[in-house]
Amino acid sequence: MGSTRLPYLLLLPSVLFLGVFFLYPFALVAWEAFNRDGTPTLAHFQTMASHWKFGTALTNTLLLAAVVVPIQLGLALAMAVLVTRMTRGRDMALYVFTIPLGISDLAAGIIWLAIFEQTGFLNSMLQAVGAVDGPRIWLGYQDKATIFLAVVLAEVWRATAIMLVILVAGMGLIPKEYKEAAEVFGASPWQRFTRVTLPLLRPSLQTALILRTILALEVFAVVSALGGTNLPVLMSETYVWQFDLQDRHVAAAYAMVILGISIAFTLIILRVLHVPKEART
Amino acid sequence: MTREPAHRRRARQLTMALVILLGAWVLVPIYLLVVNSLSSPAEVNGFPKSFVPSFDTGSLGFFLGFAGVTRALLNSVLVAALTMVLSIGLGAPAGYALSRFEFPGKSSYRLLVLMTRAFPLPLLALPLAVLFIRTGLDDSILGLALVHTSLALPFAILITYSLFSGIPLELEEAAWTLGCTRLQAFRKVILPLVLPGITASAIFAFVISWNEVFAASVLTIQNRTLTAFLLQSLDVSPMPLKFAGGFVLVLPALIFIFAVRRYLFAMWGIANR
Amino acid sequence: MRTWKTYLLLTAALTLATSPAKADLLFWSTQAKPVEETQKMRDNVLAGFGETVDYQASDGGPWLTRIQAETQAGSGTIAVLGGLHGDFTSISANLADLGAVDLGGAAVNPNFMALGQLGSGEQKYLPWMQATYIMAANKKALPYLPAGADLNALTYDQLIAWSKAVAEATGGPKFGFPAGPKGLKHRFFQGYLLPSFAESTVTKFRSAEAEQAWTKFKDLWSYTNPASTGYGFLQEQLLTEEVWIAFDHTARLADAFNQKPDDFVAFPAPAGPAGRGFMPVVAGIAIPSTAPDMEKAKALVAYMLKPETQIATLRATNFFPVVDVTLPDDMPASVKASGAAIAAMTGAADAKPALLPMGLGEAGGKFNQVYIDTFERIVLANQDVRTVLDSQAEALRAIMKETGAPCWAPDKPSEGACPVD
Repeated sequence: MGSTRLPYLLLLPSVLFLGVFFLYPFALVAWEAFNRDGTPTLAHFQTMASHWKFGTALTNTLLLAAVVVPIQLGLALAMAVLVTRMTRGRDMALYVFTIPLGISDLAAGIIWLAIFEQTGFLNSMLQAVGAVDGPRIWLGYQDKATIFLAVVLAEVWRATAIMLVILVAGMGLIPKEYKEAAEVFGASPWQRFTRVTLPLLRPSLQTALILRTILALEVFAVVSALGGTNLPVLMSETYVWQFDLQDRHVAAAYAMVILGISIAFTLIILRVLHVPKEART
Repeated sequence: MTREPAHRRRARQLTMALVILLGAWVLVPIYLLVVNSLSSPAEVNGFPKSFVPSFDTGSLGFFLGFAGVTRALLNSVLVAALTMVLSIGLGAPAGYALSRFEFPGKSSYRLLVLMTRAFPLPLLALPLAVLFIRTGLDDSILGLALVHTSLALPFAILITYSLFSGIPLELEEAAWTLGCTRLQAFRKVILPLVLPGITASAIFAFVISWNEVFAASVLTIQNRTLTAFLLQSLDVSPMPLKFAGGFVLVLPALIFIFAVRRYLFAMWGIANR
Repeated sequence: MRTWKTYLLLTAALTLATSPAKADLLFWSTQAKPVEETQKMRDNVLAGFGETVDYQASDGGPWLTRIQAETQAGSGTIAVLGGLHGDFTSISANLADLGAVDLGGAAVNPNFMALGQLGSGEQKYLPWMQATYIMAANKKALPYLPAGADLNALTYDQLIAWSKAVAEATGGPKFGFPAGPKGLKHRFFQGYLLPSFAESTVTKFRSAEAEQAWTKFKDLWSYTNPASTGYGFLQEQLLTEEVWIAFDHTARLADAFNQKPDDFVAFPAPAGPAGRGFMPVVAGIAIPSTAPDMEKAKALVAYMLKPETQIATLRATNFFPVVDVTLPDDMPASVKASGAAIAAMTGAADAKPALLPMGLGEAGGKFNQVYIDTFERIVLANQDVRTVLDSQAEALRAIMKETGAPCWAPDKPSEGACPVD
């Protein structure tokens, strides 16, 4: 079999699959964003952009992603490195670190609300150690910064494991000889990490970052559990337009914006973390 | 001789301390969920809250007696298993192709894969549901698994791609020179090396399917999954049931991850030799 | 091996997939969503119907998506739809006419029957159950009632003074309001606040009286727990004592009364200068035109309106009957407490009943959004009341013109579209 046809044969099943179960419905929804009674228009994008919440939702979404994703990347790398350095109990440590994977965003919202609400665990603890006189209100609507912080904590807790698993699987492939060689040349552990591990981990880093960023731009359930209506994000506005205001056109326009931003970020990450050809051969 | 082990021991102790710290960060919220699930309604609503459960199983018991829970659990497992098989079956070959070949259309393909994940599913649910009702896929395990596969596929493709990329082509070529066919070389040399990646993809497929609620609520009626069955009503249920229900949902996913965890780094045996 | 296993799994799944569906009647509903209520609907309400009914409660999003999909596909599995009045407004065209359903002599509230036509001339839905917003308070708050205030005839001014006194005594705001994403706050503004001050929901939207109403509400808000923007079901916060005085609808306060009947009191909504505005929350049952078995579906609808079924529904969901029934004495604490408060509210000398919006069709959601936006801008974003009212009035006027909906109570009847002065 010629190796010009082989890649296409390998891709064919997934392309056919995505064609039916993604591209077909996607095309129908995308068309909703661009037409009014069958004629092409950008009016729905204007409606969306001129609504007073659009700017806030866009800023909140971008800000959350910008804060959450780098923290998660750092934390996931730290966890992965720690686990590789362990001699005993490695299985258990990695398992514990990956536990939040199994917890849906809705459930995570419930858990973190139980911590931050006025009669929640955080206040119970603070009161027990005498740090506060009475239960403090953490999630009040004036304290947007506190709400934001709570959402960041919950998201970091919930979704760091996604990156961790990808990075750990990738780290396993780095031949030990490289590290040993670096050690022989007297490289410090930090140098070994930045000069050997990170470059060799690039394909996995790229994947982890792209997937996590895309998911971060669709953040919704945790924000709505902790922030109520205080922290509108693009996804929550999509829901409002689709189901409360029942305007499928504007909802589709929102979805296109989410898609557009995701693609833009993906291209940036691909550019920055370019995997050179040599690394692949 | 004496300084080196002391230095090493300090490093090891630091590693352990950090691991325990990070472990606590992960486990404490889970522990609080367990505490609330095993407390009486009065304690769940009370303040200040106790950090030790009173082992009141009333709320958990409610779910075990809830009509249809077993059936829903079975449905969830079936959908998740099917999603796993489909997404790896479709994704791994694609990941291999992406890592090993340069061909026209490669970047468009990658973009297509990512788009799948970057578009809000609740909007796609309507055309999908219409399609399913017309073709008879509606309200079936398979139909829902197909939708979940489209969510899990990007993970499977990209993770296997990044892992295949990490394996030197020379390794494969060496096997070819030793008389292996491309397929044999793949099975005997490459597959064991990417097992962690496959496992990671499987875990993602499982948890994505397990926790997906919107499509499940729209596309299954008689064959509800546990998530569609429980989760969408949890946020409006009284507090004690909220936590008990959350616990019931989380448990099977944790057992699954526990069961497959060692394949996640089967590799290390080789890499560290 | 792998492929073989795959094949086996696929076959198993396909077998499951194509196994003949049971001929259950699917009751697709947005109501009785909390798991306990769903359970009671199945065990105590629908079990007596004779046929097996599959009661599925879901969020508004999946609920709507499923109906839209069945309509577009032209065939469906849903037999009966349950939802709030507002849930039905946009799918009116896909609902069968229930005018000819034999209700076996049940005396259904005629106002609600009229609402169920959704302005179409056909009976698009039948009223199923009703609730209304009332107030509830922890008994600990009672000593702080302002001098001379009667709990059953409270005014907005007294409520503000009371909440202020409680806030000062306890060191934190203790009034609670369902302003979260799932709270039905727009109904409060449409049916309580504006009618109490301006005797209007639409026409006098930007009047001086409406300005006063919003200013008063802003006063009240300063003694409202700021976490209210996350609240959806005030029973939770009453039980945890995050709030002492709460406003919400009967079904969403029920758990507090049932768990601690001796700790809480229920009482009517407050009155403004124009009277004591209040609004019913009406849930309806409908049959989609794609229902697989129209006759059985109609029989189920008729069954839901039988007096015994209505009482069982009240026990299950804390929504009150829409037909004339005499309630037995052994009702849950929540029903007793809220029943008395409702009676005091509807029977008050200054009662000012408001109706749910009528004739808005698909614009129902956008109509509600006008009030939600007004609230968020005035109260949360602290924008100037006059400016916000003027700009939101434009949006309201556009909706009324587009739909041509005539005024409904408490607004005076209008020829053509209800004007926004």
